[in-house]
Amino acid sequence: MKVAIVKYNAGNIRSVVNAIERLGYEPVLTDDPEELRSADKVIFPGQGEASTTMAYLREHGLDKVIMSLKQPVLGICIGMQLLCRHSEEYDTECLGIFDVDVKRFIASSHEYKVPQMGWNNICDYKSQLYKNFTKPEYVYFVHSFYVPLCEHTIATTDYIQPYSSSLHKDNFYATQFHPEKSGSVGERILRNFLEL
Amino acid sequence: MLAKRIIPCLDIKDGLTVKGTNFVNLRQAGDPIELGKAYSEQGADELVYLDITASHEGRKTFTELVTKIAKEINIPFTVGGGINELADVERLLNAGADKVSINSAALRNPSLIDEIAKHFGSQVCVVAIDAKCIDDNIHTNGDPNIDGTWKCFMNGGRIETERGLFEWAKEVNDRGAGEVLFTSMNHDGVKQGFANAALRRLSDSLTIPVIASGGAGTMQHFHDTFVDGHSDAALAASVFHFGEIPIPQLKQYLNNKGISIRL
Repeated sequence: MKVAIVKYNAGNIRSVVNAIERLGYEPVLTDDPEELRSADKVIFPGQGEASTTMAYLREHGLDKVIMSLKQPVLGICIGMQLLCRHSEEYDTECLGIFDVDVKRFIASSHEYKVPQMGWNNICDYKSQLYKNFTKPEYVYFVHSFYVPLCEHTIATTDYIQPYSSSLHKDNFYATQFHPEKSGSVGERILRNFLEL
Repeated sequence: MLAKRIIPCLDIKDGLTVKGTNFVNLRQAGDPIELGKAYSEQGADELVYLDITASHEGRKTFTELVTKIAKEINIPFTVGGGINELADVERLLNAGADKVSINSAALRNPSLIDEIAKHFGSQVCVVAIDAKCIDDNIHTNGDPNIDGTWKCFMNGGRIETERGLFEWAKEVNDRGAGEVLFTSMNHDGVKQGFANAALRRLSDSLTIPVIASGGAGTMQHFHDTFVDGHSDAALAASVFHFGEIPIPQLKQYLNNKGISIRL
């Protein structure tokens, strides 16, 4: 199976390559449209800021490539947010796969720092991405912006308010958390994605 | 609920862990990857690897080690020690570190924080602050109303600066750091508990997470820093390395006490 990881100007991409390699696959890190289109699975990872990553994707024509993909695609963290319609982070128009807008967390007390950084629960699973998940599990998050609950929500997390920690529409899947940094639980999610 | 984090800190010299040789069931004592994996499997929420090598050659060894750690460890890890400029940060992030911790370099050149945040995002920038209470408030530990006068130190606690802890932490926060790692030099190594009065004032005044460091001796100390110190995470070294507090027992204890923890 050919696993392609989208190469662009976001951080943390090496971690995803390492995680997929630990599962026994040999992913290719690429920004070549043909390589991305011909892969069996595509991962769109990253940490970063919405406007500069989105600008980079447009400049390199990767926005259209990603939107045209037909195989299962997994967006991670900023990858998930960029698959939404719009982000409040520097008022950025995104790819619009998921019909929902990305909002900024507003901290209300010392219990709620922004960014949310650390391990929080996911629950209310509604997809094969969470095959064999029966109870809430801890995964690792680092983010200052969030996706509200919507028709595409397939897992929920509570931080300041309940929000979408995972989305699914057609062949597009996404996680706000970092499965590549979420220990054995994260590995189960990545494996489920690769076995879709 | 977001879980409170337990973070073992590993000191690395010439590619090997300095402490931790008493750790159970290691194939090779002193192997930072084996030790990190063991902690990860026991339930550590993150790891910190601190390079205490001074030489240029040692730094190269450490970068190679970071590359190997990133391949093997499936939880987040922070690296620190000897980071002076943006190029050091880039080298360690490219090697696969999730975050970098800066200390003296930030005090000497505070705009380094802004630069790291701008280039790589706030989430990668941990600012470590070593501070000492210069009036004798160690006995008022736990009383949030008495936090004394704290001065920041550089170069591993050897050089006193003019910076006060709270004003520096606020500046660090405002310049775009992602977390503050505060070590009380009064409490470090004493094993009488964390500097909870100061930690609480920090945590309540900052918008970013605060990691408590220095003073862990018992499981209760971890409980107290989360409850009294409002700490978001607690870091320790020797109590973990010498097996005095096994992480699974610590996390079970905290869970039983009603602390939100990842089991």
